[in-house]
Amino acid sequence: MDVVTPFEGIGASVRRKEDLRFLSGRGQYTDDINRPNQTYAYILRSPHAHARIAGIDFAAARSMPGVVAIFTGADMPDLGGIPCGWQIHNKDGSPMAEPMHPVLAVGKVRFVGDAVAVVIAESRTQAKDAAEAINVDYDVLPAVAGVEAAIAPGAPNVHDDVPGNVCYDWHIGDSAVNATAFAGASKVIEFDLVNNRLVPNAMEPRAAIGDFDRTTDEYTLFTTSQNPHVIRLLMGAFVLHLPEHKLRVVAPDVGGGFGSKIFHYAEEAIVTWAAGKVCRPVKWTADRTESFLTDAHGRDHVTKARLALDANGKFLALHVQTLANMGAYLSTFATSVPTYLYATLLSGVYTTPTVYAEVKAVFTNTVPVDAYRGAGRPEATFLLERLVDVAARETGIDRVEIRRRNFIPADAFPYQTPVALQYDSGDYKATLDMGLEAAGWAEFEQRRAEAKARGKLRGIGISTYVEACGIAPSAVVGSLGARAGLYEVGTIRVHPTGSVTVLTGTHSHGQGHETTLAQLVTDRLGVPLAQVDIVHGDTAKIPFGMGTYGSRSLAVGGSAMVKAMDKIVMKARKIAAHLMEASVEDVEFDRGTFRVAGTDKTKSWGEIALTAYVPHNYPIEELEPGLDETAFYDPKNFTYPGGCHICEVEIEPETGQVTVVNFTAVDDVGRVINPMIVEGQVQGGVCQGIGQALLESAIYDENGQLLSASFMDYQMPRAEDLPPVSVATHTTLCTHNPLGVKGCGEVGAIGSPPAVINAVVDALKEYGVRHIEMPATPAKIWNIINAGHKLAAE
Amino acid sequence: MPQVTLTVNGTTHTAEVEGRTLLVELLRETLRLTGTHVGCDTSQCGACVVHVDGASVKSCTILALQANGAQVTTIEGLAKADGALHPMQEAFREYHALQCGFCTPGMVMSAIDLVQKHPDGMSEKEIREGLEGNLCRCTGYHNIVKAIAAAQDVMHGRRAELAPAAE
Repeated sequence: MDVVTPFEGIGASVRRKEDLRFLSGRGQYTDDINRPNQTYAYILRSPHAHARIAGIDFAAARSMPGVVAIFTGADMPDLGGIPCGWQIHNKDGSPMAEPMHPVLAVGKVRFVGDAVAVVIAESRTQAKDAAEAINVDYDVLPAVAGVEAAIAPGAPNVHDDVPGNVCYDWHIGDSAVNATAFAGASKVIEFDLVNNRLVPNAMEPRAAIGDFDRTTDEYTLFTTSQNPHVIRLLMGAFVLHLPEHKLRVVAPDVGGGFGSKIFHYAEEAIVTWAAGKVCRPVKWTADRTESFLTDAHGRDHVTKARLALDANGKFLALHVQTLANMGAYLSTFATSVPTYLYATLLSGVYTTPTVYAEVKAVFTNTVPVDAYRGAGRPEATFLLERLVDVAARETGIDRVEIRRRNFIPADAFPYQTPVALQYDSGDYKATLDMGLEAAGWAEFEQRRAEAKARGKLRGIGISTYVEACGIAPSAVVGSLGARAGLYEVGTIRVHPTGSVTVLTGTHSHGQGHETTLAQLVTDRLGVPLAQVDIVHGDTAKIPFGMGTYGSRSLAVGGSAMVKAMDKIVMKARKIAAHLMEASVEDVEFDRGTFRVAGTDKTKSWGEIALTAYVPHNYPIEELEPGLDETAFYDPKNFTYPGGCHICEVEIEPETGQVTVVNFTAVDDVGRVINPMIVEGQVQGGVCQGIGQALLESAIYDENGQLLSASFMDYQMPRAEDLPPVSVATHTTLCTHNPLGVKGCGEVGAIGSPPAVINAVVDALKEYGVRHIEMPATPAKIWNIINAGHKLAAE
Repeated sequence: MPQVTLTVNGTTHTAEVEGRTLLVELLRETLRLTGTHVGCDTSQCGACVVHVDGASVKSCTILALQANGAQVTTIEGLAKADGALHPMQEAFREYHALQCGFCTPGMVMSAIDLVQKHPDGMSEKEIREGLEGNLCRCTGYHNIVKAIAAAQDVMHGRRAELAPAAE
């Protein structure tokens, strides 16, 4: 065995193992895969937001060149609907409305992009050409796109069996206690805001290839998924009625997810089912417009909030009423996002004694909405951190000071919030102080004055946040309506010569698991990084897994690996004890060496691995050969990263153009395994948050047409739109998982949007603006500035 | 169907294509060079950038037939035969300038052309402006900008080896 390099373990900024193949064009994304005798699917989609399908005529299309088959919803009477994974209950205890979501539309289409028919042909272009020859007779119906319009009296019903369009009317907290607290308040801040609808836009469009082997009855699905086992479970058990042992799901290299590739999509079921019908592989790849029209969108909340304060600026009570857009059908985790991933975070980093939140989830004629990077926590954080700034302004208390007065103190952990969560650790004052120092907060007014001399409006904004990730304790989420467990699975397979293959149920689509997870093995077992490989994304190779989302891979998946490594080490010590004729209690293990305590008797990792597989001198009566262990780890709690984001902007008054000139993030993500990767995750998340705050918005017109359905119309952040992002970490360890890790995948997108908008509002404070809805476009700001000039002139 | 003959990564290929076939389709579907990616349908994202006769081109914006007789280099053709990486590839790895890897081939090909067109070197601002045709959703561009800044020093001969990223 090689000598272990100490810099490859926990805490080392190891360069990524996966990079060489991505940099050489050797990645294997789903669309890069081609199966022998493959056909191509093109999906004909509804151009209307709401219509009855009076008839579909595909006689002409059927005889077009290369067409193999055409299917519509009528061909799939035995298939189940696409299921929702989380059942929410109404205030009165009744279950949410859960209308059928057919794989291909039956009778009605409910959003622009709803799948109507699939053409399978010898080539992609032939399939597309034939789809254009299909004539669908639509009776167009009135449509509704916004949540407020959808619950207005007389609004069209998206689903005939859900009159009024309310999926659920849910609440959390004690309304009576809350009302009493408001009655005793010296000041109440009322504040309404919108959390703008976003399109995740992973750079790799979704794709899926279905394959069927008629000699074995086995189906294989290659798909752009963050969680292949979950897809196998949902699609196999609920939609196609295929048993797990006859269905393999492979999620190969995946080009970004951000949540949008968690969910089970109709196209996965279509290609898998169709492969069985035509007995050939069927490949589908979305083009970008199709991605805009069918990938689950994110956010889309309309909220009214009230914050009660005492005379000293202490928060007494918070009351929140939110309308959350579900889109036309319930996507996999849609229902959990505005409830248990949102309202439970409304205590934030503050000691607010009572929080009462009411959430109505609403059906509309739009693409389904589901988790997008942060999923509910960005919405909660944006609301709270804007509200706190407004409260600071309207009470005359400095915005940093009002936060300090209300912080949960570092010695109050574990801290039970009034909205169900128990935070295990954190130090919000420490991250705040670090952030203020790093951002030069104290010297800001000089920079503002200097900018003003140049004719620019400069502002600074702060956000102090906590989030809940590392999802999730199965019993807890089960009691809240989750229909699955949320543990994770890890297998540590030690080979006879001591190298290691790890099978993990998590999935890497940019996070760098092949490096970070390998570092855990190097750190614990002392095996050099080059001799550790991480395998993920294939149900045929990995025992089970729940996938990657909610910043869970390290906290839950890494912890499963630690448990499996503990089993490995326990067994290896028994083998070592046998070889060294010592009692197992006396055998110590430290990074690759087994030693009889207090002696110079040692055995190397390689010797023990070889002995496990060549058990000639072996305690065969007591111990099985081999060194290969699997563990399931169910977390005891969520993890609670938190921190402080500070944004500094300059506005060009003539144009309303905002430039982010500095961005400082100080995050507590628990123990850091690879600082380089953590920094990259935070930078990427922050920039998505800046995109939400300044650039991005999915806009529907009143007829339900998505107006921003291409990169020409939806403003993705480009390099010149973004600042350098300064990242620092301050660690308090997670107290309930063996690694002490919390998670870093979403903090950037959670903490940053309110920091940006707080900065923009601060820059415009001379114009008396209270709030600007995201995205803070030049047009909105120009109007504020010019209305302000008019006011000044009057 | 018409024929196109072109040299890709040093190997000459002749293929029959439809008139409407894009260069990126020829590369991915016919030649199976799947390192060049397709991320959009409006020539906005730059995931498909390759070099045609030495200059960066979005391979979704030209027809395969327009590349007749051209020398094309894709991401697969950048490294030397012994596997030694191009300085830009090395810099992307050293500076953690990629996460999911999907935009990376186009980003690297664009970056190389950008550096070649600026022999006097680029500032951070110029690099950011130069990347206007390439979208990345993962990194926030911070490390891509740093990688290009480091790679240009090697490509222009101002440094013999890539400056290591700060720890």
